[in-house]
Amino acid sequence: MSTPLEEVNVQPIDAAETKWKDDYTKQIGENDRVIKNMSGIEVEPLYVPDNIMDTELYLEKSGYPGQFPYTRGIYSTMHRGRTWTQRQLVGLGTPSDYNKRVKTMLDMGANAISLLPCNSGFRGVDCDTVPLPLLGTCGTVVNTVDHMETCLDQVPIDQISAAMNDPAPFTLFAFMLNVAKRRGIGWDKLTGTSNQSDYISHFVANHMFYRLSLSGSQRLLIDHIEFCREHVPNWNPMSVVGQHMQQTGATLAETIGFTFSSAIQHAEDCIARGMDPDEILPRFTFFFDVTINFFEEVAKFRAARRMWAHIARDRLGAKDPKSWRLKFHAQTSGVDLTAQQPLNNIARTAVQAMAGIFGGLQSMHTDAYDEPFTTPTEKTAKIAVATQNILREEAHLCDVIDPLGGSYYVERMTDQMEEEALSVIEKIDAAGGMFKAVETGLVQTMCGESSMANQELIESGEKKIIGVNCYEDEEEKIEIATTRPDPVAMQKHVDEFKAFKKDRSQKAVNKALDNLTRAANSDNENVFARVVEATDAGVTQGEIIACLREELGFGHPLIIA
Amino acid sequence: MSQITPNVAETPVRALITKIGFDGHDRGSRIVAAYLRDAGMEVIYTPPWQEIDSVVQLALQEDVDLIGISSLATDHLIVPDLMNALREAGLGEIEVFIGGIIPEQERPMLIEAGLGGIFGPGSTREDIVECAQRLATSARRKKEQAFERRL
Repeated sequence: MSTPLEEVNVQPIDAAETKWKDDYTKQIGENDRVIKNMSGIEVEPLYVPDNIMDTELYLEKSGYPGQFPYTRGIYSTMHRGRTWTQRQLVGLGTPSDYNKRVKTMLDMGANAISLLPCNSGFRGVDCDTVPLPLLGTCGTVVNTVDHMETCLDQVPIDQISAAMNDPAPFTLFAFMLNVAKRRGIGWDKLTGTSNQSDYISHFVANHMFYRLSLSGSQRLLIDHIEFCREHVPNWNPMSVVGQHMQQTGATLAETIGFTFSSAIQHAEDCIARGMDPDEILPRFTFFFDVTINFFEEVAKFRAARRMWAHIARDRLGAKDPKSWRLKFHAQTSGVDLTAQQPLNNIARTAVQAMAGIFGGLQSMHTDAYDEPFTTPTEKTAKIAVATQNILREEAHLCDVIDPLGGSYYVERMTDQMEEEALSVIEKIDAAGGMFKAVETGLVQTMCGESSMANQELIESGEKKIIGVNCYEDEEEKIEIATTRPDPVAMQKHVDEFKAFKKDRSQKAVNKALDNLTRAANSDNENVFARVVEATDAGVTQGEIIACLREELGFGHPLIIA
Repeated sequence: MSQITPNVAETPVRALITKIGFDGHDRGSRIVAAYLRDAGMEVIYTPPWQEIDSVVQLALQEDVDLIGISSLATDHLIVPDLMNALREAGLGEIEVFIGGIIPEQERPMLIEAGLGGIFGPGSTREDIVECAQRLATSARRKKEQAFERRL
């Protein structure tokens, strides 16, 4: 608007606003329309000062970085003090393939590692029972401690943080503990996360790591947290996953609600086991999706920080500020990426990553542009890391803490996202908590409805996707190129695994499996401790999971009509 | 004119929507199931991670006309095995189509195996439903021919 400044100053604010509204309505005419964000909240054309200049209210709602309620950031220095951890998810082929790729990523500037297992591992079976073409196409085939030793060869696990993407019964982490033991590295030196250890998110999104029954997974998770508290004190055993909820269709606001309802469930389960909230909550981390809905994502993360501070302090009774801080990793969302005109995905990922940075993340993975159709090649993975490097080094995004704080729009949206998310938590509470709400399918139904609503927006053209429902390139022939693991190397890997099983001490294996069975049937034993021992005795992940399925029940998905 | 054969054209198409292999991402299969249901078909929907044998059993028990497979993480590589298993079970009339991430160089192998349709990202509801209806008609025709041969 071109109203001169002095004129604004002489007019009372109400008059100025009325004049702007008149001008706006006149000029926009028939082009005006209701715009709603992905969470269904109506977005106004302009936001104006509300109460954000009220200092008392400012302290209550925003505060200073590193101070309750942490809306502006969980640390006083945020990215100006330390930028985020660049943690690229890597998982492909054989353990040697993984080791080679991870070393390249570290040389490129990644400063943490992440290991994603093969899909056969998600389901808890060993490589010798799987059709060869399915092995190692989407993750690394890791079935034993020896395999993990190859994966981590020359990777300084006592100096960099590692994420093991592997929930109950946490065999990958058990392998890693034994690798540390073999190398003489104390478990107190290990830092990182049992990434995606939140079994509830897997149950809801139905899409990964579906191994044990809901109650069996719950038992293993709490055992795992208890074990780490005692033996691996600098490891984060709890990673609460919002990413799965959002990827399966939940809106951004619903995602925050579901994620915190899950976190409340896990925390209360630990407290019921006799753990003090201040012993465990500082080791809770969160894992979120970050989509291209830029301002809504920033508001989501700001609202989430404020909400978690209140939940941890007021609901869970934590007294230590470390328990109140929402530490999170974000992955740029593959859902936004398209197979059409795939190079465009580099631009999309950059926007998503910016939303995550302005949202105040602690750790980030950026997707490669070929994500819609393949496990990234080395070339595309390098571009994904470079995208983070450009944003960090060239774009001056880290100079100011919470740079969008104080934006009338972002502040208002932060409040509205919080209101929406709180109403979701209320709904889950009314259903008897998150465990019950997923057991009965309430959460899955809500996600399904939001997913369908989103699909309808795409079909109607309301939600535009370049190259998909607008700006299509009629000439374009979608070339989905992909690389597959070398079948000869994979067959060799399987043969070596078979030989390993033949050569190991069957007596030690049987004893370890007996111990595991006994622990699973006892209320006083820690099952995860027995998993660690079993892997040391040469028991494979498939054998451990088969044994626990026998004792604790198989995970059967819930079909929602 | 005698009407010995049941008038199958009057009964709704029966479609099985499923996933085989190890991937569990089911957002696509749920949406396609809803598309076909909305188009008036009877949809039998399963969770992911089905074994090939159990898909064959289900197809037999439910007397389906077509099977839709969703594959996002290389599970299409074992779809030819499914096709063989269907033929061996005497269910060769059933038409099969697939949707998801199917790389170019692996498509000829699927077409050769007898797949009736391949849908990549960005496929429209209309195209998917149209293909499913066409395949169902073809399956019904083949079933009738097989029935007549047996008479």
